[in-house]
Amino acid sequence: MVSHVVSRVVRRVVPHVFPVPAMPADGPAMIRNRVLATLVALGVVGALAFGFVGFAPNRLLSGRPVALWDAVSAPVLWVVAAAWLALAAASLAPPGRGRDRLALVVGLGLVLALLAGAGEAATRLAATAPSPSARTSLGAGFWLMLFAAALAAVDALQRLAAGMALRALAILLVGAGALALAASGQLSELSLAKEYANRREVFLAELLRHVALVAGAVLVAVAVGVPLGLAAQRRPRTGGIVFGALNLLQTIPSIALFGLLIGPLSWLAAAVPALQDLGVRGIGATPALVALVLYSLLPVARNTQAGLASVSPAVVEAARGMGLTPGQILLGVEVPIALPVLISGLRIVTVQAIGLAVVAALIGAGGLGTFVFQGLGQNAVDLVLLGALATILLALAADLGFQFLLGLTRRSA
Amino acid sequence: MPAGTTDRILPTAPAEGQRRAAVLASPLVWLALALVALVLFMPATEPLFRALFPELARPVYTRASFLALAVSHIGLVAASSLAAVVAGLAAGLFVTRRAGREFLPIVQAIAAIGQTFPPVAVLAISVPLIGYGAAPTLVALTLYGVLPILGNTIAGLETVSPAAREAARGMGFPPLRRLLEVELPLAAPVIMAGIRTSVIINIGTATVGSTVGALSLGSPIIEGLSGNNTAYVVQGAVVVGLLAIVTDLLFERLERRLTPGRR
Repeated sequence: MVSHVVSRVVRRVVPHVFPVPAMPADGPAMIRNRVLATLVALGVVGALAFGFVGFAPNRLLSGRPVALWDAVSAPVLWVVAAAWLALAAASLAPPGRGRDRLALVVGLGLVLALLAGAGEAATRLAATAPSPSARTSLGAGFWLMLFAAALAAVDALQRLAAGMALRALAILLVGAGALALAASGQLSELSLAKEYANRREVFLAELLRHVALVAGAVLVAVAVGVPLGLAAQRRPRTGGIVFGALNLLQTIPSIALFGLLIGPLSWLAAAVPALQDLGVRGIGATPALVALVLYSLLPVARNTQAGLASVSPAVVEAARGMGLTPGQILLGVEVPIALPVLISGLRIVTVQAIGLAVVAALIGAGGLGTFVFQGLGQNAVDLVLLGALATILLALAADLGFQFLLGLTRRSA
Repeated sequence: MPAGTTDRILPTAPAEGQRRAAVLASPLVWLALALVALVLFMPATEPLFRALFPELARPVYTRASFLALAVSHIGLVAASSLAAVVAGLAAGLFVTRRAGREFLPIVQAIAAIGQTFPPVAVLAISVPLIGYGAAPTLVALTLYGVLPILGNTIAGLETVSPAAREAARGMGFPPLRRLLEVELPLAAPVIMAGIRTSVIINIGTATVGSTVGALSLGSPIIEGLSGNNTAYVVQGAVVVGLLAIVTDLLFERLERRLTPGRR
């Protein structure tokens, strides 16, 4: 009823405020790819209105922005400008695979050129700096252009209706290019790289710890959640209660759940010395692992149940008719059909756990969150970025890995 | 999975006594009462925490009242969620209209990729850009909160059956009326599920927001963790856990009410 009134009012007002053009949908006839045109506009704003990098006398002060044309050498400037011009031209070109291929190659190349340019800017600024503690950090202009260039490549991949192979190739090329730039020392004057270089061994250890925490939690969640999902599928009433409880658990903020586990676990460790010998403590990895498992149970169990529910009864009946035992039916028929749904559950759980494990650093569990919270405490922005960016890249890599796996199981199914 | 398939079907007009019984039996009411009581009267729990943690000199968090913490926490979440709802709905509507349809795939990609970013990482990254305090928390909560709402707005509007659209068109509804009276009501449960996800995540991220200087129910937790005062941790965790659960149950009711044919 309210919507009716609203609609009447809006219908009266809107035509006066936003006169509807006679030919809506297509906009100016010259622009043939409005997504790309928007991204180019975003990139140009990023280049002109924001600092490409920030330059600070030391790691704790915030930097002053340095514009793209002051920061990089003429050749790099020309490459970046030419790339944006090529993308602008592609947005005006008539639809076609050639246009989209060009946009893909230029977008991917621009991502690497921006990275190389930022590294070069840091090297050049370091040469002019009065002290070696000067820092060059990535600026808002860099991030905006990187965002726009990457999305231009994504848009091209979508328009090309690219399959898994081409998408994987594009990601691998950019990843390999970025690694090659880092290995060549091109990026080593960037403050992010300096933060990394200062604590390379600790970083690798914490990264490993992060991965171990997530992998351990996901493994335990599978070991418990899959039978739980199976039981829920066979007994829907019990399943409803279990899922309801797990759902409530999922809503509890991570830091609260970590905190609530400290008391009971330290009591348990004090009461049962055998557990203490196993490394069970109120703080550290134990509460982190327990909480991550608790968060992961619901998606695993629910997707197991949903996957099994998607197996048609006729298929199960046919298998029974062929004389298969219930165990054979489960492993040979139901699980393979349910596998894609189960894997998408694992994908959700893994990405979620990578993020939640950051917070676990607050209860002494280590991991990449260590750098985030250390950096926040010391007001060391680049240390925060080191931890946060590493977490984001880890989450993206896990997500892509599972997507790839999902593609494989779908294809074989 | 359709929500509430196991619901009992209540008579349309339950008698007064029945209704009162239903209210009393609802866990939502009891949990909400417990939340309000803890927020208002936390200092009264001092004997309990003194007994549980005899080694602590000050077993109840007093740096700020739990009322102030809760108000600040709810304010952060409400303000950012409101902004996220406006932005997510607007963007979702734009890309599902004819004028914006070209942007649909890229916006879907942004929503999907963006949701793999850990919320805490988004919070951490906003500090270098904005500084410490409530502002980076608000920005991070809004940015991250948009994504589930945007994704579900698109999904909800895309699942409106062409037959329903066609029927509305056949009845001579202009586009705006089709949107407001047919498409949005049909998509409402899915959109509301997105808002629910977004708000619950934001309650959790606002808790961690106290590490970047925002006042929230996470403040006693963080202070308790750094000062080795488990009582503070428990107090903050119980209150924020209750807040999240009560909010989730409220949204569950709202969603059920929006689903056609279920009350």
